[in-house]
Amino acid sequence: MSVKLARADRRAAWLFMAPMIIAMLVVAVWPLARTFYFSFTDAYLDDPTNFSLVGIDNFLEVLDDHTWWIATRNTLVFASISVAIETVLGLAIALLINQAIPGRGLVRAAILVPWAIPVVVATKIWEWMLNDQFGVLNQMLIALGLVDHGIAWTASGTLIMGVVIFIDVWMTTPFMVLLILAGLQMIPGEIMEAAEVDGIPGWKRFWSITLPLLKPAIGVAVLFRVLDALRMFDLAYVLAASSEQVMTVSIYARNRLISFQELGIGSAASTWVFLLVAFIAILIIGVLRLDRAAGEAA
Amino acid sequence: MASVELKSVSKSYGGNTVIRGVDLAIRDGEFVVFVGPSGCGKSTLLRLIAGLIPVSDGEIAIGGEAVTDVPASKRGIAFVFQSYALYPHMTVARNIGFALETLGLRRDAIGAKVAEVAKLLKVDHLLTRRPRELSGGQRQRVAIGRALVRKPEVFLFDEPLSNLDSDLRMEMRIEIARLHDDIGTTMIYVTHDQAEAMTLADRIVVLNHGVIEQVGTPQELYHTPKSRFVAGFVGSPRMNFAPVTTTGGAPDWSLAGPGGLALAVSVAGKRSAPATIGVRPEALSLVAPEAGRLSGTLERLEDLGHEHFAYVRVAPETVFVVRVPVRPTIARDTRVGLAFRDEDLFLFDEAGLRLDHAASHERAAAASIEERAA
Amino acid sequence: MTDLPLTLPVRRRRSSASYRLERRLKKGALMVAVGLVLVYTLFPYYWAIVSSTKQGAALYRDTFLPALDFTYYRALFENTVFLGSLVNSAFVATSTTALSLILGISAAYALGRIDFPQRRGVLLAILMISIFPQVVVLSGMFELINWLGLYNRPSALVVTYLLATVPFTTWILTTFIREFPRELEEAAIIDGCSHFRILTKILLPLMGPSLASTGILAFILAWNEFLFALTFILTDENRTVPVAIGLMGGNSRYEYPFAQIMAASVTVTLPLIILVLIFQRRIVAGLTAGAVKG
Repeated sequence: MSVKLARADRRAAWLFMAPMIIAMLVVAVWPLARTFYFSFTDAYLDDPTNFSLVGIDNFLEVLDDHTWWIATRNTLVFASISVAIETVLGLAIALLINQAIPGRGLVRAAILVPWAIPVVVATKIWEWMLNDQFGVLNQMLIALGLVDHGIAWTASGTLIMGVVIFIDVWMTTPFMVLLILAGLQMIPGEIMEAAEVDGIPGWKRFWSITLPLLKPAIGVAVLFRVLDALRMFDLAYVLAASSEQVMTVSIYARNRLISFQELGIGSAASTWVFLLVAFIAILIIGVLRLDRAAGEAA
Repeated sequence: MASVELKSVSKSYGGNTVIRGVDLAIRDGEFVVFVGPSGCGKSTLLRLIAGLIPVSDGEIAIGGEAVTDVPASKRGIAFVFQSYALYPHMTVARNIGFALETLGLRRDAIGAKVAEVAKLLKVDHLLTRRPRELSGGQRQRVAIGRALVRKPEVFLFDEPLSNLDSDLRMEMRIEIARLHDDIGTTMIYVTHDQAEAMTLADRIVVLNHGVIEQVGTPQELYHTPKSRFVAGFVGSPRMNFAPVTTTGGAPDWSLAGPGGLALAVSVAGKRSAPATIGVRPEALSLVAPEAGRLSGTLERLEDLGHEHFAYVRVAPETVFVVRVPVRPTIARDTRVGLAFRDEDLFLFDEAGLRLDHAASHERAAAASIEERAA
Repeated sequence: MTDLPLTLPVRRRRSSASYRLERRLKKGALMVAVGLVLVYTLFPYYWAIVSSTKQGAALYRDTFLPALDFTYYRALFENTVFLGSLVNSAFVATSTTALSLILGISAAYALGRIDFPQRRGVLLAILMISIFPQVVVLSGMFELINWLGLYNRPSALVVTYLLATVPFTTWILTTFIREFPRELEEAAIIDGCSHFRILTKILLPLMGPSLASTGILAFILAWNEFLFALTFILTDENRTVPVAIGLMGGNSRYEYPFAQIMAASVTVTLPLIILVLIFQRRIVAGLTAGAVKG
């Protein structure tokens, strides 16, 4: 292609992308930059034009705050356990759907239901099901004789994190299932037939053939899910907005910003959140790249 | 090493019957080839024997033991796939030796066996490579090696050479034949290429729409095909067919065919009237129009260097192909005559079954003498 | 050839009957698993329907079948806040989806069909924007919304949601648009078509299904959003559905109007579920296209 044609093409490309780029600059880049800027100020939300620069004081104040560290610990615990369970469960269900059994179409449609339900609604439904006096779960436990009175799932400090994880797993496992299923369907059927004929038992087929070939799909799914989990806000807020036991870093940052009206400190907290997510993202991508390179070089 | 027996094996998917009532007995150590056009069920039949698909009806036995309900992993067979189906994330060495890991052999024992097989198949210099770095022919060898290392009782091949270039295909064909000579395991081989079938097989099974049309040695199929389908399938270029009208009654018929063909035949056995004649291209020769049994116009000459094909239009819708050893000096659009010997004439009835006629006995006899001498 | 020592032990030790039994057991186990998964995914929503149709005290008795009492549903339709939130959500989600599709397809054409050197960089930037924690733009967003004068107005959400939906639609539409063969445009280029014509006259008509699936996914994203809707809308009449439901009811555990909340939940989710079930193939294609090829 001639140089002139290539240049015309390039111009066209930027023209087509222009609306999207402008929107992104306005809605993403600018607010992000402003947040960074405000992090270094002592502004307050009720009077945002009146402030002065305070260097890194805000950042240090956040790090000094005991609540921040609780929120960080909550977020990391939540993200790691939740994603781990979702991956295993998602893998199991994907493998199930991949079998040629009657009802697989039904299962494939049914798993979309938890995903389609808004987070808020799902939280409310589970909240109702877990109600200590009238919730159906407690009633069944009592009927089975496992407990003699309803467990206050959402009132207990130790249990509530478990509840949050449980609800999150219920809502987002479908996403895992879909991604892993797509990866499963990319494995040529004849490879599994070859392994079968070769006398390789089922568990070894799964462990030595299916799983290694699924690694890229699982890797991408885990990456997306972890980043999503680190940013989690809706679920914990609707379930127990004021509880410290499930406060995530997003809730903490928003609280500083909106509830305490601290524009400066709230922005600093938000920036910390951003750095946390970015750091872990780079970490996971690095691991995935290393793994892929190792797989190809060995 | 084991025999393979199929009794009334059928396979249906929903209302669609793919394999109907197949009976087959394969001897221990035989090289049997399943041939047929696309969709005839040959690959399905192979997979039924392997146990990759369950039968809808009937029984399968390997080495005398019923295996109809036994899963594929326990049947003691090896399967070589058309797409090779190598494990993409493992090295060649691990691909070949993977089945041995399940048997609990020690690492060095596995390594030794893998090396042996790799050397035999000339892939020992590729042991540390991954499948994606190999050529098609190399991948096929590794696939065969993977099967070989398990010492299976039966070897199954599903169109293994279809994805290779033609010269590579010939090379691999010889390798597979040599492999069979060396280890003598029962081998069942599926292909749509009749040349592969003719050169590799001890016996050929011709399949058509899920039914076995004929089982026989290559020679039997070539000289005494049971039906028009088999006659047209074996031999390249394909046998020339033409419809004929008959007068008279069984067993003596007078036939009138295209290009002025007029014959009197005496049919033995069946009482049905001949409806089609067939003559192979290599059985025809070009002669002067009056000297031939039938005549037509030379439409086209194909020169392949060592042999030539003449296309002669003997009727508005019928073109006969003639194999000519030396380039003929006849120009296009000239009238030519076609000559053939009585014993090279094939007769088929309305249903497509071959009819035995007086001269065909001589051909069959000649053929079996040939076979015994070989 | 050298003799490979026999390594394969005789494997067919068990009878046919035992293999048949094994097969049947395996199939049974799989069916049980299918049943478990179905209960796990569908029971909560079913229970919400059941709970919302029980009257008063019946709610606190455990029966598993819906009582077909639609009082709470009728009450919903007299609840102006709830109805208002439906209208607001519909407005916001539809506008956001429309805008994001337009911006997205335009960018996707460039990223998917034109080869230019910075293409990878742009795609990477879009990916990075899509993993922003929403919190981190809150401060800046506040400023922006106030400056635009949209605070406490649903239109504010249309603007802020673009942060999430535009990278999403761009990424997925880029993956979809790359599936078309080059020959489509080559014929048009020979005929002297401009890029704009190629997009509008050739590719767009073929992209109906892709736009539909991407649109549905974007719609669901916008409909379900919570954080911005909570932060930028103050008064009840401007709220969207997720926040309206989230804030429903009293703050004490003893006066929670659960049945009402269940009725609202069912109402809000039913159209979504129906949409998802009808378009499930397309939705799955959209989700996996974005992730797998990325």
